[in-house]
Formats: sequence, structure tokens, C-alpha cells
Amino acid sequence: MVSAGLNLEQAPPISVPARFFLTAPAFVMLAALVMLWRGPEVFGSRWAPETLAIVHLLALGFLAMVMIGALMQMLPVLAGAPIPWPGPVAHVVHGGLTLGTLSLAAGLLFGEIMLLKVAVWLLAPAFLVFLAAMAASLARVPVFNITVRIMVLVWLAIAVTVIFGLWLAASRSWGPAPFDWSMRNLHPGWGFFGWTGLLVIGVAYQVVPMFQMTPPYPGAMTRWFAMAVFAALLAWSAGTWQEAGGLRLAGALALALFYAGFALVTLDLQRRRRRRVPDVTLLFWRVGMLSLLVASLAWTASVLVDDPPASMAVFLGVVVIAGVVMSVTSGMLYKILPFLAWFHLQARTGMGRQVPNMRQYLGEGLQRRQFWLHLASVFLLAGAALWPMALSRPAALLFGASAAQLLWNLICVMQAYRRQFLLLSGAADAH
Amino acid sequence: MPTISDYMSGDHKACDEAFARAEESVAKGDWAAAEAGFKTYKRAMDRHMAMEEEVLFGAFEEETGMRGAGPTEVMRQEHVQMHGLIDEMKTAVDAKDKNEYLGLAETLLVMMQQHNLKEEGMLYQMMDQVLASQAGDLIARCNAFEVASA
Repeated sequence: MVSAGLNLEQAPPISVPARFFLTAPAFVMLAALVMLWRGPEVFGSRWAPETLAIVHLLALGFLAMVMIGALMQMLPVLAGAPIPWPGPVAHVVHGGLTLGTLSLAAGLLFGEIMLLKVAVWLLAPAFLVFLAAMAASLARVPVFNITVRIMVLVWLAIAVTVIFGLWLAASRSWGPAPFDWSMRNLHPGWGFFGWTGLLVIGVAYQVVPMFQMTPPYPGAMTRWFAMAVFAALLAWSAGTWQEAGGLRLAGALALALFYAGFALVTLDLQRRRRRRVPDVTLLFWRVGMLSLLVASLAWTASVLVDDPPASMAVFLGVVVIAGVVMSVTSGMLYKILPFLAWFHLQARTGMGRQVPNMRQYLGEGLQRRQFWLHLASVFLLAGAALWPMALSRPAALLFGASAAQLLWNLICVMQAYRRQFLLLSGAADAH
Repeated sequence: MPTISDYMSGDHKACDEAFARAEESVAKGDWAAAEAGFKTYKRAMDRHMAMEEEVLFGAFEEETGMRGAGPTEVMRQEHVQMHGLIDEMKTAVDAKDKNEYLGLAETLLVMMQQHNLKEEGMLYQMMDQVLASQAGDLIARCNAFEVASA
């Protein structure tokens, strides 16, 4: 049982994570198309139908898609716990998430109640299966280390986010379900502060020291930090739900402080890295952490100001989604997918034969080009939140171009993988 | 007294340091430093993996009865993969092929760090438990360990 966790050979086939990774940028391109079509209206308020549609195309179609694909791959390494039945689980989760997200976004955009109902019926089983598989994996970990503890919190946060989301969708479509207004804030709150934020923290503890050879995060911080974030999220949630202003404010400020602190510590560790060679993933992480600082400030301002303008929430959403999470996940993709291509080819050829190294699937130049497109799109999107009339369509164009480049880059990796795979199969047949 | 975890995790850091130094020299195109740096790195890695395979893994397998199929077997397989990459890096250093070296180094980095994560997060901790009574002796043997330089 112990060896199961240590055995990289139990990693799922490359098709399991790859299908999630290659679908994700297509959803960003779709979101950019809606943004191009609807223009400034998208940035007017977070409640506009097109805004809700775009946010869900990005949050479910890109962020959840990449995170789920990566978790299916990384849980065996990070926590020593493989996901059971990776093939069937990937089919159900990927299919449900893809079709469910399309249906939800269309339902929100066009106000089609039927589509919202379909979305609920597709997304609910997809998440149920994923959460069950993740729980089964976590239940079998050989060592209950800090990463595993954070993954348990992430699991809880995903469950809460999804339940609130399904509830909101159900009350919009089947209504009039018992509806609580606070849920409209709790749903994204748990999605970003809980699910996404805790996952980024848990992954950062491992990969920031790993890829750049930085000093480790301070021991005292790794032990209590994620729990403290979770506690602050609970306090903010209770305050929001019960309309207890003091508690809500305290929780909100604690969240801002914790996430800003996390960003500063991460930037400081990266500054002290031992590995000094240029690295695109490092650039993506730095943009992500700087955006997290900006987001923490914007969030603080929005909870302190009595009646914040609508553009504040839009700005916050842009900085968090495009600036923080899309940066970090894109940077990770450039490490994960080329490594998996090498790893699976290597496992196939056996010992003593060379297969292309990571950079031979995807050159630095293409990664760098996408990084600059991404960075420019983050600036333009943030600008569009403030000046929608002037900037919404240029931002949409650049955002779509960046996603297209990302998709192209990932396709390059898989094509190089496939070429080598066929070459090796041919060589094997000839023997 | 240091534990096996402390001692071996510390040695991982020393290997990482040598890796980073060699990679930086290659990236700068300073081939004299790169050659020396790579040699130091290779020796550190050969020694680390040999200490595990010839001292620690055997003791662990004896104590737990897990030979041929347990976690140490998986670590041995990954050692073979890492040796393969390091050999390719040697060829790249000899040929002064910067791109090839940096691509291989990145691949090895990801491979090696996941490997270290599994050892530090699980295997060494298990060793601390089952080999507690012999830890001092085993660490002394590791300390005295030298590999013939290739």
C-alpha cells in the first residue's frame, strides 16, 4: 500500500490530464469572443448576464478545468495518493464539466432557464464524481503531511463552492427556491479564497522551492497558515450570512492580510532563489503574486468603502481571475505538460534509450511570447474595468490572442509527443 | 543527533546547490566553470544515490521485509532514470551544447525534485521510524562513503 503512493508508474495515462489542459484555453477564447461581441457592457457590473457568462467560462472552463486535470496528475506525487479509476473518472468529469459549463454560460447569457437546468444536471454529477474520487485518494494517503491537510481544506472549499453554485443556478431556473442573498457573495468567496487560494498555497509550498530552488516557506507559516486562511474565510462567511458587520469586516480584512502576506513571502523567496537561469514559469508566478497584492488592496478598499462603485468588483474579478490565477496556472502548465510528455515516452522506451527533453517539445520562445501576450492582456483587462468604453474590445482581442497562443503551445507539446510516440512504436514493431 | 531525514535531506540541498551552480555556468556559456561544476554535481549525485542504494535501502528492506516491490524499489528505478539524464548532460557538456544541456537540466530538475519530495515526505520519515536504533551507525557509514569518480 505504501509503495502505491511512491510509485510514479501509477501516474494516470497522459490523456487523463492532457484533455483537461487542452480544453481549458478554448474556453478562454470563447470568453474573449463573448467579450468582443458584447463590448463595454461586460465591464459594467458583475451582475450583467454577459459578465456572469464570461466569469463562469473562465472559472469553470479554464480554472477548474486545469486545476482538476492537474490534481488528477499531482495527487499521487504531492500526497502519495493516486486517484482511483483515472480513465472513467476523467471521462465523466471532463465531459460533464465541458458541456455543463457551455450550457451554464449560454443559459446565463441568454437567460434560458432550460439551459441552466441542463447545466445543473451536468455539473452536479461531474463534481460529485470528482469529489468522490479525490476523497477516495485522500483517504488512502500513507503520511498525513501538511500538503494532505491543505488538500482536505481544498476539498471542503470545492464542495461548499459547488453547493452554493448549484443552489444559485437552481433558484434561477426552478425557483422560487429558498434564496439567501448572501450566497451571491459566498459562492465566489469560497471559490476564490477557499478552493483556488488554498490550492495555490498548497501547491506553492511544494513547487516554489522545487522549480527555482528557493529556501522553503518558513516552517511556522506552513503549519498554521492554511488553517488561518480557512478560519478567516469561515468568519467572513458567518458575518456575511448573519449580516454581522463586525465579524464580516474582521474576516475580510484578515483574508486580505493573509493573502497579501503570502504574496510577499513568495516574492521574497523567489528573490532569494538559488537557480538563476531565466524561466518563464517564474515570470508567470511573479505576475500572479504581484496581482495578488493588488487584489488584496482592492478587496480591502472595497470592504472599507461604504458604497463601492460597481467597477470595483469588476476590477477585483479581473485582477484575481486573469492576474492571479490564470498567471499561476499557465506557468504551471509549461512545466507539467512537457514533463509528462518526457515522462511517458521515457517509461515507454525503457532504459538506455534517449527521448527528447522538456524543451524539445516546446521552445522557450513560444512560452515567452505567450507570457507577454498574457501580461499585456492583464493590463488591458484591468484598464477595461475602469474605462470600458475605450478598452473592452482591445482587451478582448489581446485576451483571445493570448489564449490562442497558449492553446497552440500546448498542441505543439502533444504533437511532438505523438510524433515521438509513433516513432518509438514503429521502432518497437521493427524489432 | 541528526536523524536520517535530516542528514539525507541536507544532502539533497547540497546536490541542488551543485546543480544550480553548474546550470548557471552553462547558461552563461562559461564552459570551463560548467565542466568543473558539472563534475562536482555528478559526483554529489552519484554519491547520494549510492549511499541510498548501498547503505540505507538495504537496511530498510531488511527491517521491513520489503525487497523487490516496496518503495525502495521505486526509488531505485527513478535513480536509473536520473542516471540516464545525467549521462546525457555529460555528453552535452562535452559537446558544449547549451540548449541541449538546459533542456536536459530542466527535465532532470522536475524529475529529481519530485523524487526528493517523495523521499523527504515519506521514505526518510519511514526510515526514521523503523531504523531509529541503527540511525547513528548508518549515518556514520554514509558519512564515510566515497564513490570511485568516473
